[in-house]
Amino acid sequence: MALAATKFASTPEAFSPALIARIAERARDTRAVAIAGIFHAGSGHPGGSLSCADILATLYAAELNIDAANPMDAARDRFILSKGHAAPALYGIWAAMGLMKQSEAVRLRKLGSRAQGHPHVLDMPLAETSTGSLGQGFSVAIGMALGLRLQKNAARVYALLGDGEIQEGEVWEGAMCAAHHRLSNLCTIIDYNKLQSDDRNANIMGLEPLADKWRAFGWHVQEIDGHDITALLAALKTAADCGDQPSVIIAHTIKGKGVSYMEDVPQWHGSVKLTRAQADDAFAALGLPATTLDAMLEGAMEVRHG
Amino acid sequence: MANAAPQLIGTSGDSLREAFGKALAAAAQEKTNVVVLDADIAGGTGVHHFRKAHPDRFFQFGIAEQNMMAAAGGMAATGLVPVVTTFAVFCLRAVEQARLSIAYTKRNVKIVASHPGLDVGPDGGSAQSLEDMAAFRAIPGMTVISPADPTEMALATRAVLDFKGPVYMRTGRSPSENVYGPDHRFEIGKGHVLRDGSDVTLIACGVEVARARDAAILLEAEGISARVVNMATIKPIDVALVARCARETGAIVTAEDHNIYGGLGSAVAEALAQTHPCPVEFVGVNDVFGESGEPQELAEHFRLTAPFIAAAARRAMARKRA
Ligand SMILES: Cc1ncc(C[n+]2csc(CCOP(=O)(O)OP(=O)(O)O)c2C)c(N)n1
Ligand SMILES: [Mg+2]
Repeated sequence: MALAATKFASTPEAFSPALIARIAERARDTRAVAIAGIFHAGSGHPGGSLSCADILATLYAAELNIDAANPMDAARDRFILSKGHAAPALYGIWAAMGLMKQSEAVRLRKLGSRAQGHPHVLDMPLAETSTGSLGQGFSVAIGMALGLRLQKNAARVYALLGDGEIQEGEVWEGAMCAAHHRLSNLCTIIDYNKLQSDDRNANIMGLEPLADKWRAFGWHVQEIDGHDITALLAALKTAADCGDQPSVIIAHTIKGKGVSYMEDVPQWHGSVKLTRAQADDAFAALGLPATTLDAMLEGAMEVRHG
Repeated sequence: MANAAPQLIGTSGDSLREAFGKALAAAAQEKTNVVVLDADIAGGTGVHHFRKAHPDRFFQFGIAEQNMMAAAGGMAATGLVPVVTTFAVFCLRAVEQARLSIAYTKRNVKIVASHPGLDVGPDGGSAQSLEDMAAFRAIPGMTVISPADPTEMALATRAVLDFKGPVYMRTGRSPSENVYGPDHRFEIGKGHVLRDGSDVTLIACGVEVARARDAAILLEAEGISARVVNMATIKPIDVALVARCARETGAIVTAEDHNIYGGLGSAVAEALAQTHPCPVEFVGVNDVFGESGEPQELAEHFRLTAPFIAAAARRAMARKRA
């Protein structure tokens, strides 16, 4: 497949500073749209949206062979946001990549909006499936990996899971299943931000030793800093070429990353209502003026659906 | 500093989940065999009150509802009274565990589900449970309850703890209207006539009780006398009261924040079919999924508000005369 072959291969300039800067910019825009949407909605999950922005930006800007001119091409790589409550970030990266109108992405959680509280495939086909019930997106990804392989489609399947999410038994049923079926076309990324809904993972239900668990289930395992774009690029490249195993990237992240007052604070999981002052502070932390927020909100107000 | 602390939604108001959480913590003071099971959403279900008051009897299961549900059956087998809590939609995920390890085995477990129906609001269709009462009603031996307001929620919480047997009870996310004063009585299996009337009966549960009451006021302005019944116990349904309302008013409207199939409307229609058949109109979500929006907005969009209940009453009365 042409696109797949050119995607991030071994040339040193593939990891050029220009590329990394472009991904970082997409990540910043992802965070900005997510914050604007959550402020506009008056509810939503900021912490887990911010922690995965660098992962999403790296995937969409450099790894997935999704063509904005023909996004639903049968040969496209599939990405599933299994931690569906991070929908504001998914809409954010789509807006940054020209896959969704920014105004629609910011018009989050409103009646009639395509930016539903959790991704819904009937509103946004690129969501690939509807998520919001933790664990299920991962299983759907496994089904897609099996289906694509059977039909000799070289597209790869990527699923992003929360660390709390992997407490679901379904995830370990899937982990066993994917290894049994040698799904080398499946790459799972865990947003390991150490927090979940009510508290730290360690206080809710400990996950460690996490890498050993996945290894024992038959997976190829990498552990990286999930905010280091170079590390993300390298890990995704390795994951695409690791024999006949499914691959998991355990990405160590900080919940709320990029907005200092949210970083590593469990209460910013959701569902929270942002004040205008908080939204302004968040934009300032991202290096964006409040006028950018105003422009985004204005755009969202103008969206008409029908 | 503006950004010091996040503003949490709905945890301070008089929502049914908060009323439940407070009543549970208070009742457990003397009921020392009550334990609570949580799947990482105690802050959302109201059981954070119990966790604070009785930390030694609070069990964290993580985001793993199926294990939690069946484990509740196991704890009941040792003589405890487990209260297992999560959002209504995630109770659906563990229906089979509830069926086998709680109902089939006759375990004294109380399943208390927050965030039912469109009342969930902006989280959207994936999170709005419109099927839970149907699913749990179909399980043999399962009592199904959906209280109307914070006062009744507190009474029902005590009642289900006193009751022996498996129960599925809905709470609610949004701040709730008050329907009752402090002298209200609640009894499992008994409907309550909130307002008398002779032309038509509006039978509702949960958030729809306040809307049915408002519909009766709208109808009164047109000279229609509507009786309002709060049917907080959906199973076993109060057959005698349903039949009496049919005999005395000749037309019935049911109203619920649930699919029109399988919940309160179906239970009422089943009771009528075997006692005193009469015209029935169903107000509920018309066999579709919900979507994001504010609860009141969604109630209007999906036709659950008082004007729609009043319109259904007129339709039912017209059929009575036909
Ligand atoms: C099956 C299921 N149970 C419970 C929830 C409610 N819930 C939404 S997000 C969340 C915490 C998720 O934590 P994690 O996976 O670590 O996500 P992140 O920290 O990345 O936000 C919970 C419990 C859910 N969405 N699905
Ligand atoms: Mg987490």
